[in-house]
Amino acid sequence: MAVDLAGAPLRSPVMTASGCAAAGRELDAFTDVAALGAVVTKSVMLAPRSGRPTPRMAETPAGMLNSIGLQGGGVDALVEHDLPWLAERGATAVVSVAGGDPEEFAEVARRVVGAPGVAALEVNISCPNVANRGLVFACDPASSAAVLGAVRAAVGDDVVLLAKLSPDVTDLVGIARACLEAGASGLTAINTLLGVDVDVRTMRPRLAVTTGGLSGPAIRPVAVRCVWQLRAAMLAGLLPQAPVVGTGGVASGADALQLLLAGASAVQVGTAVFADPTTPGRVAEELAAMLAERSFASVAEAVGYAHRP
Amino acid sequence: MSPEVGGPPRGPGEGDVVGDEAVPPAGAVSERARVVSAEPVGAYARLVLAAPGAAASARPGQFAACSTGDTGMLLRRSFSISSADPAAGELVLVVAAAGPGTARIAALRAGDELPVLAPLGRPFALPPAGEGVVLVGGGYGAAPLAWLGAALRARGSAVDLVVGAGDSCRLLAQDTPAGTPSAPVDRVHVATEDGSAGVRGRVTDVLAGLLAEPAAGRRHVFACGPMAMLRAVHEVAAAAGAATQLATEESMACGIGVCMTCVLPVVGEDGATRMVRACTEGPVFAGDRLRWDAIGAPAPQRPAGVGARVPADAVGAPSPVPPAGGDAVQPGSVAGPATGARS
Ligand SMILES: Cc1cc2nc3c(=O)[nH]c(=O)nc-3n(C[C@H](O)[C@H](O)[C@H](O)COP(=O)(O)O)c2cc1C
Ligand code: FES
Repeated sequence: MAVDLAGAPLRSPVMTASGCAAAGRELDAFTDVAALGAVVTKSVMLAPRSGRPTPRMAETPAGMLNSIGLQGGGVDALVEHDLPWLAERGATAVVSVAGGDPEEFAEVARRVVGAPGVAALEVNISCPNVANRGLVFACDPASSAAVLGAVRAAVGDDVVLLAKLSPDVTDLVGIARACLEAGASGLTAINTLLGVDVDVRTMRPRLAVTTGGLSGPAIRPVAVRCVWQLRAAMLAGLLPQAPVVGTGGVASGADALQLLLAGASAVQVGTAVFADPTTPGRVAEELAAMLAERSFASVAEAVGYAHRP
Repeated sequence: MSPEVGGPPRGPGEGDVVGDEAVPPAGAVSERARVVSAEPVGAYARLVLAAPGAAASARPGQFAACSTGDTGMLLRRSFSISSADPAAGELVLVVAAAGPGTARIAALRAGDELPVLAPLGRPFALPPAGEGVVLVGGGYGAAPLAWLGAALRARGSAVDLVVGAGDSCRLLAQDTPAGTPSAPVDRVHVATEDGSAGVRGRVTDVLAGLLAEPAAGRRHVFACGPMAMLRAVHEVAAAAGAATQLATEESMACGIGVCMTCVLPVVGEDGATRMVRACTEGPVFAGDRLRWDAIGAPAPQRPAGVGARVPADAVGAPSPVPPAGGDAVQPGSVAGPATGARS
C-alpha cells in the first residue's frame, strides 16, 4: 500500500492526525506506529505552551469539541526527545508546525528540517492565529500565502510541505491555490469546524473558552466534500495538481476509501484514536482488503476514482 | 487479591514536562472483556469482568476506559478499578449511571461484551511499611478502597476506612470486613449527610477526628471522590500534618495520553507548574502538588467548581497582558468565525 506524497515515500496511506496521537509513543502500545504511513505529530510552536483552561472537551453526537490550545513542550523538546524516539522505532514522522506569525512558522520549520525520519512538514494554518486579530490564517488567501511562503523560504525546495486547510471558509479552492502558489507541495483537508455546545443544566457553554473544534464521524461528509472540491478544481484546471491528504471522521477502511475515491492520496485518523487506539492499524488492514476486493492494483489507482466520467 | 507492589514507590504528582516518559503503563491492554456478573449495589452497578490481560497487572488507583457500544457516543467512560484478581483473570468495576453512556454500561448483563482499555494511569504509591493510613471515599469513589486497604495492611499499615455519601443508597464499601487478621481494613467509619447511615455529616468531619487522635500514627490520607471532596480532605489532612494522595476524576477523551483534554495544574519536582495529563501522570496526585488556587476557579462563562484555569505562572502560560497584536480572543467571547482555541 505504499504511496508517494509529492515525493515523500510513505509505507501506507494511513497516518495519524495531528493532535490525536501526541508524538506516537503512547499509541505504540496499541497500534504499530512503524507500520503507519506516518505519525503526524501534535502541532508545535517555538516555545512551550500551556494550552487553554479546562474543560477542554465536550462530547457531541458522533463527535466532540476540543479547545486544547496547542499545548506542548516547544519545538526544541520535540526535536531532542520525540523525533529521535520515532526514528529509532522505525516510524515515519510528519511534523505539524504552527506559529503566531509567518516568522514563527518559518523558525519552527527551520529547526525541524534535517531531523531523522521526517518525511514532510504539515503547516497548521488552521489553528487560532495570534497575530491576525482572531483570524485563522487559513480563512484568508493572503495570510495563508504569507505563512507558506515564509516556511518554503526557510526550508528550501526539497522539503515536502502540506498546508492544512480549514473547512470554515467560503472559497476553499482559492485558499488552496494561494497555498500551492506560495510553495505548498500538497494539502491536508480538513482541520476541525468551529462549534459551541451549551449545557442545558448549568445553562453555560461546556467548554471553558466557549468555542472548540468539532471532529469525529460527524464531520466526515464535510471532509469528503472538501477533498472532492479540491480534486474537482484540479481536474478542471482551476488548481495546480497536488496531492491531498483526507482528514475528518475516519474510523474504518470504508471511511478511508471514500476519501481516496473523492481524491485523497492518503488519509489521517484523528478522533477515532480516542475511541479505540488500535484504529489506525485496523483502518489500514480494512482499506487494503477493500482495495483488493475492487481490483485496484495500487492506492494511486483509487485516488479520485469517484470523479470518473 | 492483594496487588503486587512493583518497583520503588514513585511519588505521584511528579509530573514532568509534556512528552516525558508518562506513557500508558507497560501492562495496559485493549481487550474485549466479557461480563461475568452484574448486580446492583445501592445506586450503582457492580460488574465483574473476564479481562485477563488487564487483570494481570492492575493496581489500586488505576482505571479502565470502557466503550459505550453502539450508543453513537464515541468516547470511552473511565472507571476506577475496584479490584483485580490476576489468578481468575477478573476485573471489578463499580459504575454510577451519570448520563446515557455510563447508563449503557451500568445496564450490561452477564454474558455481554465490554471493550476495555486497562489498567491505565499511575496507581497509589504505597507508603513505607507500617505507617498508618486513612482511606477516604465519597460515593462510588470508595470502590477501590478495600482493595487498596488490603495492599496496605499486607505491608503492616493500620488502615482506617472512611466512607460517606449524601444518603445510604450512594454509600459504597460500608460493609467492608474490618478488624480480623484477614480483613482488608482495621476499622470502617460511615458518614451520610442525611444521617440515613452512620454518623450524620461529612467524611471530612470523621477524618478530622481520626487525625486528631494523639499517637495514632496516621500519617497518610488516600482519597477518591469528587474534586470538591478531595480539596476538603486535603485541607483537613494538611492542617493535621498528614500527606495526601488523591485520585482525581478529570474528563478524559482518550485515557492514554494523546489528546491533552484531561490536564490539571500540577507543581513538578522543579517547583514549576505545568498543565499535566491526569490520565498518564495521574489520576493519583499528591495533594500538595495540585494548584488548588486554579482548580475549580470561576471563569467568565463558567460556573465555579468546574475545570481549572491555567495559572499565570505556569510553564507556557499566555502572558497576562497580551501584547499589541496578541491573541485578541478573550475566553468566552464569540467574535467571529475564528474565535476560540482550535487545535
Ligand atoms: C483533541 C484534538 C487536538 C487536535 N490538535 C490538532 C493540532 O495540534 N494540529 C492540527 O493541525 N490539528 C489538530 N486537530 C485536528 C485533527 O488533526 C483533525 O484535522 C480533525 O480532528 C479531523 O479529523 P478527525 O475527525 O479524524 O478527528 C486536533 C483534533 C483534536 C480532536
Ligand atoms: S485523556 Fe487524553 S491525554 Fe489524558
